[in-house]
Parts: sequence; structure tokens; C-alpha cells
Amino acid sequence: MTDTLQEHADPTLAKGESLVQMIDVGKTYGAIRALKGINLTVNAGEVTCVLGDNGAGKSTLIKIIAGLHPHNEGQLLVDGEPRSFASPRESLAAGIATVYQDLAVVPLMEVWRNFFLGSEMTGSKFPLSGLKTKDMKRIADEELRKMGIVVKDIDQPIGELSGGQRQCVAIARAVYFGARVLILDEPTAALGVKQSGVVLKYTAAARDAGLGVVFITHNPHHAYLVGNHFIILKLGQAVLDKHRSDVGLDELTRQMAGGDELAELSHELQR
Amino acid sequence: MSQALKPAPAGAPAEASNRVSLGLSNRLLARPEIGALVAAVVIFIFFLIVAPAFRSAPSFFTVLYQSSTIGIVAVGVGMLMIGGEFDLSAGVLVTAGGLFNALFCYNLGINLWVGAILSLVFCLAVGFLNGYLVMRTGIPSFLITLGTFFVLQGANLGVTKIVTGSVSSQNINQMDGYASLNWIFAHVFQIGPVQLSITVIWWLAFAVLSAYVLQRTRIGNWIYAVGGSAPSARAVGVPVKRVKIGLFMTVAFLGWFTGMHYLYNFNVLQAGNGVGNEFLYIIAAVVGGTLMTGGYGNSLGVAIGAFIFGMTSLCIVYAGWDPNWFRAFLGVMLLLAVLVNLYIKKLSTIRKVG
Repeated sequence: MTDTLQEHADPTLAKGESLVQMIDVGKTYGAIRALKGINLTVNAGEVTCVLGDNGAGKSTLIKIIAGLHPHNEGQLLVDGEPRSFASPRESLAAGIATVYQDLAVVPLMEVWRNFFLGSEMTGSKFPLSGLKTKDMKRIADEELRKMGIVVKDIDQPIGELSGGQRQCVAIARAVYFGARVLILDEPTAALGVKQSGVVLKYTAAARDAGLGVVFITHNPHHAYLVGNHFIILKLGQAVLDKHRSDVGLDELTRQMAGGDELAELSHELQR
Repeated sequence: MSQALKPAPAGAPAEASNRVSLGLSNRLLARPEIGALVAAVVIFIFFLIVAPAFRSAPSFFTVLYQSSTIGIVAVGVGMLMIGGEFDLSAGVLVTAGGLFNALFCYNLGINLWVGAILSLVFCLAVGFLNGYLVMRTGIPSFLITLGTFFVLQGANLGVTKIVTGSVSSQNINQMDGYASLNWIFAHVFQIGPVQLSITVIWWLAFAVLSAYVLQRTRIGNWIYAVGGSAPSARAVGVPVKRVKIGLFMTVAFLGWFTGMHYLYNFNVLQAGNGVGNEFLYIIAAVVGGTLMTGGYGNSLGVAIGAFIFGMTSLCIVYAGWDPNWFRAFLGVMLLLAVLVNLYIKKLSTIRKVG
């Protein structure tokens, strides 16, 4: 699997180089403010963890980078250039691949078609040129095996796989096609202990291959295993923004569990 | 760059132990067209027994012709439904395309080819408008195309009445360009005792092309994806809007094609024709195994669906029954097809763990 990462990582990546930078970014949906004043940097060869409770704005944050909807305040710099992605296609073209928690795959389509969806291998650029089905099936099967998933039949609809396996297909696909930045939206939320382990190793391998990784989670233990930098969101704003050397697992866990609010609550509930 | 890589996760087990392999019968059942194929064979044998007039090559080719008049547009409607949308305006668009050509050329005295090409542009524009409105507003295509359906139905009658004073177009068979257009859209090959209409050849050609596009090209992959889950497709970079608008325009193109056939076959068009045919296209697609919710189906199934339509509509006559029963029969077929599809969707999405 690491060889895949090495093969597909953009060879020009230099460790520590800033790939994506958000400066004072905000997002409103009509009268609802989802994000405010977010500063975030994704460096090559580092994992930036974004933590937060449900509704804290984590998904909105990554949807801005992934091009699902544009931000309306502040600046988004990709490789130093200010950008505002109008579609996921533009974001993918900039080398940013995303694994979504809720939009990972098309259930009725075959595993290999899902793997290559949006990046199909064809004989030529002519719109009706034939797909290289044999190569696509072989590559999809190989890449999945590297992640520890053996599907009985690469032609089966992906809806037949378990939730964890589907997530792994989506991650394998993002790693295969994402050359520079990999965004993982709660990749371990639906997984068991063993599969979470696989995903975390994959995340670390992506980091070591020089990719910039954004890892969204609400599990501080998972975040601390792989993260270099931690941001905790609450109600659309960053309440903690620290490098690994400045923060311990205890503080992350305490902040995630509600921090001061929890202390207050335990005081109230004391009998 | 860092070369000190961590070891890869432990290799996968050689064999996934918790999966059962499906038997041949289950695999066959999971094909979209299998229900339609079985139904077609049963109906075919049934009519061979009860309708003696059906037992001849000429009547079989008449059935093929009848099937092709629905089947050509059904090819497009099937692709559109796989892409997750409906088009209720396809039936009247067929008539609108033919009328446009006839009225424009007859009354201005222009070569029919000019009108045919302008009519194509007009039909594609209607298809584009359908698709654009659906994608732009997010209103279900059922409603948008229902609107287009009524607009076209009214305009077909209204415009024809203004131009000709009656509800049918003038006869165009003496005009320039008629012979060549007649050959392309309505030629009949006499092969021994049988008459093979050119529309049958066109129908099969479009069906084969559609099968190729759906199964073997990038665009086909995108069509299944936008029908199966449009947000997921968009998230991995599929241009959802362009794909869906393209599908509406494909239906419009095939509608124009069929409109040309009617015009150059009969030389005169009734402005009220075509109403209700939109449902025949949808029925052909659904009977052929296309899911109403999108993302599933194939072109062979849709062709079989159209063949079932052609066979029953004519064989009821061959059998000497009252043709009014035809619609009742179609309704029963539709209900059965929907039940079979529901069962198949369950079969293919439920996890099968041994």
C-alpha cells in the first residue's frame, strides 16, 4: 500500500511546503453562520486534524476545500494562489482528493466502476472511446488488496459490501487519485477497531509519502495517533489551534468532551 | 521526501470467508432484462397459440415495425431514467418536430431538408430547456416536463390551426427533398414476402449504440452514477448537470427522429397525435427492468420492453379481440414489472453473508 502512495504522490512535493491555506475563512448559509474566522494550514508531509462535535462546522470546512460549495468570507490559498472552487472537479484537478462520510459511493454500481468513477481510464480522449475495463478491474482489485480488502467479485455492486469496506474503497480511490492533498471526513466513524487501525496506518503512510492530510474526526484518540496539528471547532469557530508539541492527548480529550462546560456540568450534577 | 516508510498493514486474507458465491440462477436473476425476456417469451408463445394470424414472417416484421416506432424514443427515455429523470414531453415532442418541419417548409416553399434540420435544432432546444430547468431549479423532472408537455400539446394544435386553418399539416410529398428524406426515415425494404421498415434497422442501431455507451464508455459510467446517487457522483468530479442535460437532449433527438418518420411515412400529421405515447416509452423502459428511481437498467431490456409493446398491441388484433383491451394488458404488465424490479433491487443491495 505504501508503494501505491509513493507511486501516486506528486514527486514535486517538499516536506513542510504549504499546500492549502485558509485565512479568516467564513461561510454562511442564508441567515445561518456555519463557519467564522477559520485559519488553517495544510503542509506537505503533515496531518492536520480537525476535531469537533456534531454541527461544529467540520463538514462545512472540508466541503469548501473539496469544492462542494465555495466560501463567502476570507481567502483560500491553494499552492499560494487564491482560489474559490466552483465544483469538486476543479478541486480534484488541483490534486485534492476527498473521502466523504456520507457521499462515498454509488451503491448500485460495481466496485470497480465506483473506484474509477470520475477518473475512468479510456482508450483516447474521444468522448465515446471504450473504457479499459480489464485494466480498471485489475487495478481496483490490486489497490483494494493492498488495503486488506478482498472482494469476492470485483463486478458485484458496492452496496453489497459492509459499511467499513465501502469506506475503505473510497479511501483507496482517494489515495490512488489524490496526488497532493488527501481529505478524510470522519473515516473511522463507522468502522470497527481493526478497520480503524487500517485507516490510521493508511493516513500515516500518506503523510510519510509527503501528502498533506486533513483528518476530520470526533475521536481525539485517533487524531492524536497520527496528527501533527490540531484544531477544535465549536459552533463554527476554532477554540483550540495548537501544534502537537504544545498540546497533549489529555487536553484534547478534555476539550472534546466539553472542557470547561463539562466541569461546570459535573459541578451542577454533584449531589 | 521521507523514505523510512512504516510497514504496510498486514496482507489481506487470501479468501473472504464471510461471503457466499451466488449460483448461476441468482446471477441471471440479478440482470435487469431477465424479467422482460421471460415475459416476452411467454407472451410470444401465448400469441402463437391463440392468434393464428401471428404465425407468419410478414406479421412478425409488422410487429417489429410497430415496436420500432416506440422503441426508438424508448432507447433515449431508458437512458434518461437510468440517469434518474423523467420526460413526459417526449410523446408530443415527436409530433411537434414533424409539424415544425411540415408547416415551415410547406408555407414558405423551402426545401424539406432545411426544415428537417431546423426542426432538429428546435427539438434539441426543447430537450436542453427541460434539462436546464430541472438542473437549475431542482424541481423534479416529472413536473418540469409535465409543463413542457402541456405547452407543446397546446402549441401543436394552436400553431397548426393558425397556419393551416385545420388540425393537420398539409401534404408535403411533392416538395423538394422529399424523396431522400422519405428513404432515410420511412423506406420499406421488400425482402421476399416480408416488408422490413428502415425504422427497425434504426431502432436496433440506436439500441446497440446505447448499450455500448452505457456499458463501455466513460459517459455511460457517469449516467449510472448520476442516477444512482447524484451527490456522490458530483463529489468525485462527475459533471452531473452536463450529463443530465445531455440525456434530455438525447431523448429530444430520438423524438425528432421518430417525428421525421411519421411525417415522411404519412406525409400528413395530425396535430393532436403523440399524447399518451410518453407513457408507452416509460412503460417500455420499466418493463425492460429500468428502475424508476434511477441508476439501474440496460438497453437490451428497454428494447425487449418495446418489443413486448409492439407484440401485444398487434397480436390482440391478430387474435380477433377487442383492441380496447390492449391498455388494460399494458397496465398489468407495468405492475408486474414494477414488482419484479422491486424484488431484484432487494436482491442486489442486501448483503449476502453465508
